[in-house]
Amino acid sequence: MLEVRSLNVFYGTIHALHDISFHVQEGEIVTLIGANGAGKTSTLHCISGLVSLKSGDIHFTGKTLKGVSPNRIVESGLAQVPEGRRIFANLTVMENLEMGAYIRKDRNMIKQDYEMVFSRFPRLKERIRQVAGTLSGGEQQMLAIGRTLMSRPKLMLMDEPSMGLAPLLVKEIFEIIKEINRSGTTILLVEQNAHMALSIANRAYVLETGRIVLEGAARELAQNEQVKKAYLGG
Amino acid sequence: MIIMNKRVLTFFKIAGLILLGLLIGDALIYAGIIDEYTAQILTLAGINVIIALSLNLISGFTGQLALGHAGFMAIGAYATAYLVMHIHVPQHLWPVLVGISIIIGGIITAFFGMVIGFPTLRLKGDYLAIVTLAFAEIIRVLMINMEGITGGAAGLKGIPLYTEDINLGPVVSFTWIAVFMILIIFLIRNLIKSSPGRAIVAIREDEIAADSMGVNVFYYKMFSFTLSAFIAGIGGGLYSLFFGYLNPTMFNFMKSADFLVIVVLGGMGSIAGTVATGFILTYLQEFLRVLQDYRLVIYPLILIFIMLFKPTGLAGILEDIKTFISKKISAKAIRKTGEG
Repeated sequence: MLEVRSLNVFYGTIHALHDISFHVQEGEIVTLIGANGAGKTSTLHCISGLVSLKSGDIHFTGKTLKGVSPNRIVESGLAQVPEGRRIFANLTVMENLEMGAYIRKDRNMIKQDYEMVFSRFPRLKERIRQVAGTLSGGEQQMLAIGRTLMSRPKLMLMDEPSMGLAPLLVKEIFEIIKEINRSGTTILLVEQNAHMALSIANRAYVLETGRIVLEGAARELAQNEQVKKAYLGG
Repeated sequence: MIIMNKRVLTFFKIAGLILLGLLIGDALIYAGIIDEYTAQILTLAGINVIIALSLNLISGFTGQLALGHAGFMAIGAYATAYLVMHIHVPQHLWPVLVGISIIIGGIITAFFGMVIGFPTLRLKGDYLAIVTLAFAEIIRVLMINMEGITGGAAGLKGIPLYTEDINLGPVVSFTWIAVFMILIIFLIRNLIKSSPGRAIVAIREDEIAADSMGVNVFYYKMFSFTLSAFIAGIGGGLYSLFFGYLNPTMFNFMKSADFLVIVVLGGMGSIAGTVATGFILTYLQEFLRVLQDYRLVIYPLILIFIMLFKPTGLAGILEDIKTFISKKISAKAIRKTGEG
């Protein structure tokens, strides 16, 4: 479904991503794990068109995303839950969700999808008229996910959904990610919390200073000595 | 039987009310109950409101700070003046020429807005503020030097007014400007409630998030900025026929600051706040002419205080009063039911 081939990205003279190649198949959860500054977010931004690539190619459902503007990429069914949630703080919960459906025209389906989001996140329904900036961190993350779901993505990119959340909430969020995947959305997950990410993913790639150093089935990587030492705390 | 659509009905109601207000205003001025001086202040306030609204569109709603709306105003003013002075039409077509000239003045201004927006709005951050600030100064200096068209530093004299009839003068200028102001209020209000409006507000809230929602950020920033320039140009055009005289020093940085103060004081992103503050400040300025030279001191102080204590401005204060009152009422209701 998503095919990234020898991606190179530069920030000025800094070579941020070296020959990154990976793929995501339909129905999978694939995770990119790695430390701070390994290039995880850069990779996501490159896919969603926020950062331009120097060389290499990205294919999504058979079409290239190279040089395609971010809004067109969203229209093609690839949407991102941005890092740090980035909800629209001064708008209400409902207005945030409406923005999620911004690219869609099918009003009746949109209405159904609001219900879908509310049944997945009952807490958002309780706070439907509340200004989003006053939600708790966990609720904001739910809103960010719900908002992205409103664009009906085929592939959802998630950037550090566990960031800044209490462990219990992290568990809840990851449960939700699994459910979203089960109901048919493919997920590419970027995480520092390697333990949680590996527990729900099918396959994983390990990034280190802009290079992919390891790849494989998530379960196997979780047993890998190298990974254990570097990312799982022993 | 004709079944009227509810929306059509409310439209007619609102249109009727506005027309009634306009007629009453005209009648009061014509009968001399509102004296000529006050009528002039009201008219000037209308122009200030129009340009402040245009600034609110780009800075308050889209979140892109612009500091040179006096420059746009100047372009609109000189362009409109040039047109009405050089095109000659029979008497009965004069209002048509005025209307068309003002619109063309706005279009020319919008073109300048596009030219400076195109390179600047691609960048994130406050580059627009710097560029618009410089742009307004460049325009002012150009106006001083292009003597053939603008009359240079001596100013442009002899711009025809809305009407030659001295008795009707105040009524006619008031009507022209009130009509444009009402149209622009509706334009901006409807825009903000529409889908492009949602995109614009999303850009203000968070550009990256707007991007991830599929909003074409650059396009909508350009759209908003160009429209803002267009409206400011119209404000300038209305101004030139109201005064009949233009001088580049009218469009200095303090003029841009005037509009910014109206927007910030009224509340960024509030149409009602801008309209109310536009009228209040224009009125105050007339009465505090003694303090004119101290504006440079007073305005920054006002801005700092607003930013520190009430960043939502007048609109925010009104909102607070509303919630305060509704709380009081509900508290009273609870007490009553408790006693009963």
